[in-house]
Amino acid sequence: MALTGRALLILGLAVAVFGACASLYGVRTGRREWVDCGRRSVYTLAALMTLAFVILESAFLRSDFSFNVVAGHSSTTTPTFYKMTAPWSSQEGSLLLWVWLLSLWSSLVLFLTRGKVREIVPYATAILLGFGTFFLSLTVFYANPFATTSNPPAEGAGLDPLLLHPSMMIHPPMLYSGYTLLTIPFAFAVGALITGRLGSEWIAVVRRFALAAWLFLGIGILLGARWSYTELGWGGYWAWDPVENAALMPWLCITAFIHSIMIQEKRGMLKVWNASLVLGSATLAIIGTFLVRSGVLDSIHAFGASTLGVPFVLLIAVMICASIGLIVWRRPQLRSESQLDSLLSREAVFLFQNVVLVAMVFVVFWVTFFPLISEAVTGTKVSVGPPAFRPFIVPLALVLVLLSGIGPIIAWRRVTVANLRRNFTIPVLVGLTTLVVLIVAGGGTSSRPLALIMFGLGAFVITTVAQEIWRGVSARRAMTHDPVPIALVQLIRRNRRRYGGYIVHAGLAVLLIGVAASSSFQHSSDVTLAPGQHAVVNGYTIRYVRPLASATPQKISFGAVLDVSKGGKHVTTLTTTRGFYPAQDPTLGIIGRFFNGSADSNVGLRAGITKDIWTVINPDLSPLQSLITKGDRLFAADESQIMSRAAKVSTQQTQQSLNALFAQRDLAISGLTARFVSHPWSVNFLLIVSPLVTWIWLGALIIAFGGLIALWPVPAFARRRAVARAGAGRRSSPAVAARETA
Amino acid sequence: MDPSRKRAIRLVVALTAALLLASALVYTSFAAGRDEVTASQLLAKAKPGKSYILAGTVLANSVHHQGTALLFRVRDPKLKVSVPVRYTGIVPDPFAEGRGVLVTVREQGSQWIGEQNSLTTKCPSKYQAASSSY
Amino acid sequence: MLQFLIVLAILAVVVIVVTGPLRSASRSPSTDAAGGPEVDDNPDIADLEAAREAKYREIRDAELDHSTGKLSDADFEAVDKTLRAEAVEILHALDRAREKH
Repeated sequence: MALTGRALLILGLAVAVFGACASLYGVRTGRREWVDCGRRSVYTLAALMTLAFVILESAFLRSDFSFNVVAGHSSTTTPTFYKMTAPWSSQEGSLLLWVWLLSLWSSLVLFLTRGKVREIVPYATAILLGFGTFFLSLTVFYANPFATTSNPPAEGAGLDPLLLHPSMMIHPPMLYSGYTLLTIPFAFAVGALITGRLGSEWIAVVRRFALAAWLFLGIGILLGARWSYTELGWGGYWAWDPVENAALMPWLCITAFIHSIMIQEKRGMLKVWNASLVLGSATLAIIGTFLVRSGVLDSIHAFGASTLGVPFVLLIAVMICASIGLIVWRRPQLRSESQLDSLLSREAVFLFQNVVLVAMVFVVFWVTFFPLISEAVTGTKVSVGPPAFRPFIVPLALVLVLLSGIGPIIAWRRVTVANLRRNFTIPVLVGLTTLVVLIVAGGGTSSRPLALIMFGLGAFVITTVAQEIWRGVSARRAMTHDPVPIALVQLIRRNRRRYGGYIVHAGLAVLLIGVAASSSFQHSSDVTLAPGQHAVVNGYTIRYVRPLASATPQKISFGAVLDVSKGGKHVTTLTTTRGFYPAQDPTLGIIGRFFNGSADSNVGLRAGITKDIWTVINPDLSPLQSLITKGDRLFAADESQIMSRAAKVSTQQTQQSLNALFAQRDLAISGLTARFVSHPWSVNFLLIVSPLVTWIWLGALIIAFGGLIALWPVPAFARRRAVARAGAGRRSSPAVAARETA
Repeated sequence: MDPSRKRAIRLVVALTAALLLASALVYTSFAAGRDEVTASQLLAKAKPGKSYILAGTVLANSVHHQGTALLFRVRDPKLKVSVPVRYTGIVPDPFAEGRGVLVTVREQGSQWIGEQNSLTTKCPSKYQAASSSY
Repeated sequence: MLQFLIVLAILAVVVIVVTGPLRSASRSPSTDAAGGPEVDDNPDIADLEAAREAKYREIRDAELDHSTGKLSDADFEAVDKTLRAEAVEILHALDRAREKH
């Protein structure tokens, strides 16, 4: 089936090229049928890529090691769930995933916009198929997921053990969904700029997909953070790694867009800004994809050695030049229709928020790419680590949270002092009270003033959202006399964008409170303990109770059971292990390769609403080294003997001897591993007590919930009824018509 | 105030703020940054007592433990040169032979001492062209 | 051989599907191959309809802002008046565009 798979890729490439050309030809000549060919090309591409993906999936599920990617990233012992998700752990499979998701989302947008924005759609179709052409070219010419070998190995290399985590397997589809969804606003924005159709219609189409991109990308980023916290053995969730920043930048940019587009919808302002944001978001998404695939941040000179760097640079250059060119060309049509009435208005707050978000993008971009910039300018690569981000990101985040609280309670166009007093009094009081209480509880001073300010601002935001919801429910009940729960549901149902957004703001406040607390008030200790010994971290006594060890042909693991108590009372029991997976390199020794391959940690975690107790073991295996070396020598000698006799005996006998040897090897490894329990030695533990980490994940869930509400479409029947009534009532009061429109 | 004058003032304020942010960013980057060097650059120009961020790949068959310390060699991306590093602290899970690493080091005798908890490992490369190892 | 036949079959289906509109157009040029729902074809009308929907939303938002206390009675009256006037302008423009079309 590999041949079929490859043929599907080539056919898909041909369809993408044909469809793009057909769309452009059709729109330039006014021949509708060619535009429809372009549309059908998108649907066909989605079908072809689905088939291709099914073929790849089935190869993984069947453990067909004639496929190079399957041999390189899966094994017969990989659990089925991870076999299904392993395709995108490879370069080739992840590129195919990119194209597949792009074709699916493109099909969806064309289906939803059939009959609408007819002048823009052909250009958007051509651009989406252009992206499809680019990524398919990479799979056809550079990274073929259906490459095979005529000499398949008996067993695959298996998935990197660090990826054997549910978060890590769902994280790429979420991220790629976000990236591919960003190409849709980009495509429609370019189409709108080319055609000059810069009115309200394209915004209505683009806004929802931008919101979907924001949601998926955000979920993907948070899943990555969750994986980092629960799977990697460093105890953190965000390291300002270039790979993390690559996803954060487009997310910040599109966050700015989904706010400022509301200003354009209502006031006809910020058209150039919005066009720049939507084009910039997609460009940053491609830059992010390039960053993690090209190895460019190793060295500006090294990327030439990678296979994908040059094509990506060319695509990014085309996107940037085209974006700038189109905006400059259409500047006259992008002039604002009105002005900012007052700095005390929701428009002004959104504008400030946009500026803050773009400033954050700039900071992240600069510090991430600084090694390359410094190398280009000075000839020396200068590295700046996470501390370089904090002086900028923290104050900007504080301002962002403040604005996310002000936005919901300030009106469009202008506010009066009386209104400010009415809307701000309670939230400001709550925020200030929270701050004062925390300062007093901390003894009157604090070495973490910024964290305390974040707590106060978080309380302010949550109060504004609660106040808004309460007032909305009260207003609704005044009209309908519904019970509170029904009034709440109806209020949100009829105002999804508004209240979905408010819920997102509340979630953001909860999340950033968690970030501030866990990063500022964490207690950690790196200790070496023997069984029975204990350490004290932030008032918790953590005692090493007993060692654990296990050995299978797939994995050796050393661990510990730890007892956590506070004030003499038992709090929890933690279990942490470190797993070692056999390396494939035979030069490491028959025994040694089991102790020198990839490793992963299973953290011991007790998550609570107020604090997490986290630990990971880092066992030193040097006490076993002499035995391992001796074992390598003995087994190598035995193996050598067997192989020297192989010419004189049958293959079956040789295999039997080898099997017996391997069985003894496995016994030896079990014995070595068991020594960790029978003759335990001191091992190193990283112990962390971190407050409010759970608030980060809770905040993420709230954000996702709010995003889904904002994204959820109005039921079609309600929309048709509203359009019909609005049409009938269009000569009567607009207010009547407005009330009817969902 | 005349609206166009208001707009001009707001633009000036915004541009000034942007300029200040950019200047602060550039200054902090150069001031707080440390030279990232390869193994060959480290051997050629390192000054005793000064710390550097060593970037490279962990040399095959070079990883050993000595008590709580981790010993390994970091090889140069282009030249057949490597430096020995003695490191204590958190060892990232992805750390393994053949993986790209960054570690802050300081010269001590014939060895390079890795600053505690300064070792970071790049994600296992699925994106770079295979390079020959030695 | 089987794979070759499968690929040929897929190729045939792809060509038939993708070029369908061209064949339909050559048979009956007046057929609208897009097959979408019945909506106004004129982009100006579509833009104005989208602007109208956005304005109705604004009017509702202002009413909600008033009922939740973000706008005083006097402010709401002024804003509502402005928004309704803008909505009427859009409706008139829509009528003119429909008559022209």
